[in-house]
Amino acid sequence: MKLPLYEVFVRSKRGLDHKHVGSLHAKDGAQALKFARDCYTRRGEGLSIWVVRSSDIVASQEEDAASFFDPSDDKPYRHATFYRIPPEVKNL
Amino acid sequence: MTDDHLSNTEPEAAFQERVDNEIKIEPKDWMPEGYRRNLIRQISQHAHSEVIGMQPEGNWITRAPTLKRKMILLAKVQDEAGHGLYLYSAAETLGVTREDMIGALHEGHAKYASIFNYPTLTWADVGVIGWLVDSAAIVNQISLQRTSYGPYSRAMIRICKEESFHQRQGFEILMPLASGSLEQKAMAQDAMNRWWWPTLMMFGPHDSESVHGAKSMQWKIKRKSNDELRQDFIDQTVPQAEYLGLAIPDPDLKWNEERGHYDFGEIDWDEFRTVVSGNGLCNRERLERHSRAHREGEWVREAMRACEEKKRTA
Repeated sequence: MKLPLYEVFVRSKRGLDHKHVGSLHAKDGAQALKFARDCYTRRGEGLSIWVVRSSDIVASQEEDAASFFDPSDDKPYRHATFYRIPPEVKNL
Repeated sequence: MTDDHLSNTEPEAAFQERVDNEIKIEPKDWMPEGYRRNLIRQISQHAHSEVIGMQPEGNWITRAPTLKRKMILLAKVQDEAGHGLYLYSAAETLGVTREDMIGALHEGHAKYASIFNYPTLTWADVGVIGWLVDSAAIVNQISLQRTSYGPYSRAMIRICKEESFHQRQGFEILMPLASGSLEQKAMAQDAMNRWWWPTLMMFGPHDSESVHGAKSMQWKIKRKSNDELRQDFIDQTVPQAEYLGLAIPDPDLKWNEERGHYDFGEIDWDEFRTVVSGNGLCNRERLERHSRAHREGEWVREAMRACEEKKRTA
């Protein structure tokens, strides 16, 4: 039997985002949670775990990055450092 | 609203203890109904403000004086749309739907920042909005990075990071105007005169008058009171105005050595109430435009649904 793949996200601390830590095979979500606990949080790494079927994740392809992200590459004015503010002006 | 009252029931006490210990509340945690309601109100109003706030600035995109300024303004207005989306999503973790929130806005039950009900009459207004209005928003949002609700806090951190260019581009618009010809200088001063007081109103009523204030502070939804935030904003902004050589339209504004803060005059609270209750200069126009855009976008949503349906049945 081929078990589906799950991606595992762990929140290490309240207030922080869940962060991707890896993946595993399990028969369903409940089992994936238990496996993720045993596999990825053996040293108290997490307070909360999310598991998501890998097949449910829609991802962009890194090979396409150049054209995919192109629209923002030529927009330096989206960064605060683009604007020249005299050093004597504070809190801007 | 009786369940807003702090009772000593067990989950509520445990919740408050968590909050007191600076432990963030996450979506699946137990929370008092009042906390949930208060958050939904505040976050959705915040989201509406980002989105409605696109209108006064969007008004100048086609008339920006140079291509550079036009691109910057487009990027800024696009950011505001993005910030609205982060916030709607944060509110949705509390169990409210996007449709409910938009509906409440269109029916006038939900508010948004009163400042966006003022018109943008000249190009200098775009500079003053970036400098004053965005600075005021940032003062508020920096304190909200420490709000007790995790998703709201994380949205604020992301927004603050992105927003620092907004105030700087505003100041950069004003520098050449404030040191330019007599006409340019007069235009900058006129914008300052019209926007100063409405900007101070953005922080809301005095703490003594604020309806949700005490509870929001106890639950650490808000980390600084309206009056504290207003004072922070004034203290950091006065020296910036002095650098530009723009006068602040408040005869009572004066540094108070003893307090270590600027003293300032009383806000026209009648004007504030008029605008908040829907009778400002642009309230109807802003809401009507938002409703119309929503209605006119229906065919796009319809087309997406039809396309999905076709794919599924193919």
